[in-house]
Amino acid sequence: MRMMRALLTGLSLVLATAAAAQQGPLRIEITEGVIEPLPFAVPDFVPETQGSGEIGRQIARVIAQDLTGTGLFRELPSTAFISQVSSFQAPVQYPDWKAINAQALITGAVAVTGNQVSVKFRLFDVFSGAEMGNGLQFNGTTDGVRRIAHKVADAVYSRITGEGGYFDSRVVYVSESGPKGDRRKRLAIMDYDGANTQYLTGSDALVLAPRFSPTGDRVLYTSYETGSPRIYVLDVGTVSRRVLETGNATMSFAPRFAPDGQTVLFSLVNGGNTDIFRLSLGSGETTRLTRAPSIETAPSFSPDGSQIVFESDRSGTQQLYIMPANGGEARRISFGTGRYGTPVWSPRGDLIAFTKQSRGRFHIGVMRTDGSEERLLTASFLDEGPTWAPNGRVIMFHRVTQGAAGRSTLYSVDITGRNLRPVQTPEGGSDPAWGPLQR
Amino acid sequence: MNTGQVISGLGHIGLIGWAFLGAFKAEPLPFDVTAVSVISGAEFDALYAPQSEPETVTQVAMPPEPANEIEAVAPTVEDTLPATEAPETVAEPDPEILPDVQPVVPTPAPDLADSDPVVPNQDFAVAAPDLSTRPVPRPSERVAPEPVAIPEPDARPDPVEQEAVTPDESTEAETPAEEAEATAPEEATTEIVTEAEEPSGTMTSSLRPPRNRPTPPVRQAEEEAPSTTDNADVLAALQSAEAEQPATEPAAAPAGPPMSAGERDALRVAVSSCWNVGSLSSDALNTTVVVGVAMDEGARPVTASIRMLSFSGGTEAAARQAYEAARRAIIRCGAKGYELPPEKYAHWKDIEMTFNPERMRIK
Repeated sequence: MRMMRALLTGLSLVLATAAAAQQGPLRIEITEGVIEPLPFAVPDFVPETQGSGEIGRQIARVIAQDLTGTGLFRELPSTAFISQVSSFQAPVQYPDWKAINAQALITGAVAVTGNQVSVKFRLFDVFSGAEMGNGLQFNGTTDGVRRIAHKVADAVYSRITGEGGYFDSRVVYVSESGPKGDRRKRLAIMDYDGANTQYLTGSDALVLAPRFSPTGDRVLYTSYETGSPRIYVLDVGTVSRRVLETGNATMSFAPRFAPDGQTVLFSLVNGGNTDIFRLSLGSGETTRLTRAPSIETAPSFSPDGSQIVFESDRSGTQQLYIMPANGGEARRISFGTGRYGTPVWSPRGDLIAFTKQSRGRFHIGVMRTDGSEERLLTASFLDEGPTWAPNGRVIMFHRVTQGAAGRSTLYSVDITGRNLRPVQTPEGGSDPAWGPLQR
Repeated sequence: MNTGQVISGLGHIGLIGWAFLGAFKAEPLPFDVTAVSVISGAEFDALYAPQSEPETVTQVAMPPEPANEIEAVAPTVEDTLPATEAPETVAEPDPEILPDVQPVVPTPAPDLADSDPVVPNQDFAVAAPDLSTRPVPRPSERVAPEPVAIPEPDARPDPVEQEAVTPDESTEAETPAEEAEATAPEEATTEIVTEAEEPSGTMTSSLRPPRNRPTPPVRQAEEEAPSTTDNADVLAALQSAEAEQPATEPAAAPAGPPMSAGERDALRVAVSSCWNVGSLSSDALNTTVVVGVAMDEGARPVTASIRMLSFSGGTEAAARQAYEAARRAIIRCGAKGYELPPEKYAHWKDIEMTFNPERMRIK
C-alpha cells in the first residue's frame, strides 16, 4: 500500500508539472489542406466618362476569364453580390463580400477620351480586410482593351499566388485546315487564350515547329518551301523573313533560340547522320555540339544558357540527355519505360517537359533536371510538343484525335496535372510555342 | 522341515506372487479421449455473460430521411471550357500597344470594423454523467397520411456555411438588396489525379467477399468495486501533492483539464478544411509557416492578433503567400467559432499553428 501511495504521489506531481507547463500557447500542426479554386468577385469596372460602361464591363469579363481559366480561381456571379461598387474611391463593405465568401475582390474604373483609355484597379483581401498591394493604372488605346485587361489579371494573379502571370502573352503555332490526308499548314500567332489570331505565312508550303525568340519579336520555324526542310527567321512586327544559313546540309530543322537571343540551336542532317549544331546569328559561325552515329535532335537551352537538353537514340531507344552548352559529354536523364522526346526546359529551370510514348499511348510529362520525380500529366492517342508558359506553371501542347477525321487541337494543362482544357482556335492547331510576357 | 512342507511352501509363495503380478488384472474399458482446455471462472463468465442477460427486443424505427440535402457539387472549373471570345482573324498584325503604368494614389483605409452578428452565449454541459443510462426505445415513425411540405431550396456549394439572408423590412424600401442564397461547404479535393493517372473504370481483379467469421464474444469489462481504503489513500496522495505544489496566480479564465488529443484533432481538422493551397505557388508550397493567433472566449480568432511567428523552407515572399493562405483559413473557418471546450479556455486562449504543406505539394 505504501508503494501505491508513493506512485500516486509521483504521478500527481508529474501531472501538475505538465499542467503548469501547458500554460503556454496550444500548439498544433496542420499538414492536410484542400485544393480548390479561390473564390473572387470582380464587379464591372466603374465608368468614369460617358460611354465607357461597355468597356468597363468587357474588361471585367476578360479578367474573370483569365483568372478562372487557370483553375486556381472561381468567379462569384454578380447576382450574388450584396454590395454594388458605384465608385472607385468608395470604401469596401467587407462584411457584404464576406457574406458571399468572396476571398478576393477586384474593383476598377475606366475612363475613355477619344481613342485613349485609362484603366485603374485595386485588389482587396476580403477576410483580412485590407488592400493587397497598391492600385495600378494602365493607359492605352481602345483597340488594346483586352491587353490592358490581361495586364490587370496578371497583376492580380501575381499578387495572390506569388508567381508571375502569363495572360499578356502570345503563342505562335501551326494552324491546320483540311482533311487529314491533305492538311494545309500555316503559321499563326494568337493571344494565349486563342483570341486575336493572325496568320504569318501562307499555306502553300509545309511549316513546322515555330519557336519564339526570348523577346518575342522574332520566330524561328522550319519550312519545306524548297522541297527540303530549311530554317527561317521571321520578324513578327513586319512579317518579313529570311533563310537561316546553316551550311552545306541537305536538311536543317528543330531550331530554338538561346536565352540571349543571339544564338540558335538546330539539327542538321549530314551524310545521313543527324547532330546538333549551334549558330551565332551575329557572326554566322556554326559549331558542332554532338558527334555520334545516332540521331540527336530537339535541343533546348536551360534558362541560364549553361546546359542543353536534347533527345537521342544512342542507347537504342529515344531518351533524354543533358550536355554542356558548348557540347561535351552528355548524361542520360530519362530511364523510364517507353520513349522520350521533344524536351523543353522550364523558364524556372527546375523542370523539363517532354513527350513520352509508352504502351501505345502518348503522354505529356515533367521531370526534374536530374530525371527524378517524373510525372505524366496527360494521356491520349497522340499528345506532343509541350511548351511552357512564361511563368513555368502551365504547359501547352497539341493533341490529335484518332481516326481518319482526326483533328489536331491545342490544349493547356497545369504542371500539377489539373485544369486540362482545350485552347479555342479558328482552325486546328499544332506545334505551339509560348512567347514571353509582352512589354 | 520335511520335503513336503518345502514343496508346499514354495507352491504357495509362487501362487501368491502370480496373483500379485497380474493374475487378477482386468482388461481396460474402451473410452474416447478429448482434449480440453482450462479456463478461469472470470473468462467463463465473460463468455456467457451476454447470453445470460437477454434484453428486450424493440422495433427500431428507420432513421428519417434528411430534410435538406445539400445540392450535388457543381462541376469543377477545370471540367468546363473557357468561355473565351471568338478570336478574330486579322490579315496583318496590329501595332503593339504599350500601356503606361501609373500607381494609383491610395485612398484612406476604410473602416474595418466587422459587423458580424453576435452569437449568444451557449450553454455547455460541464460534467458528463459517469455512466450512460439505458437508452429508451423511440416510438417507430409512421407514414403521414398527408404529403409533407416542399423542402427548402438546396444550398449552393460554398466552403463556409452561411445562413440565408432575408431582406430586412425596415431597410427594404431604401436598398433593394438582393437576397443571398444559403451556402454550404463544397466538396474539395486533397489529392490531384492527373489524366495519365485517371482510373479507366475497368476492374483489374474481382473483389473477394468478406469471410463470415463468427464474432467472438465481447469480453465484459470487469469492474471491481472500489475499496474505501484505496479511495482514502488516493485522496490523501492527491491532497499531499496539491500541498506540495507551489501556489500559482489565480487564473482569470477557466483552466480545466489539459486539451485532449481528440479536441486538438478537432481543431486541426477544422482549420484544415479551410486551408486552401490550390492557389499557392510552388515556392509557397515549399514553405512552412508558424502562425500565432489569440482566441476570444467564443472560440473565434481575434483577427488583429494573427501574425506570422516564423517560417522555413522558402523565401520571404513565398512565406508571405503561405501566411496569407493560413490566415484566411483561420479566419474563415473560425468565423462562427471553433468547437473548443469552454472550460479549457486557458489552454486554447493562445494557439500556435504550424502550417506544413509538405504533403500537399504534388498529389
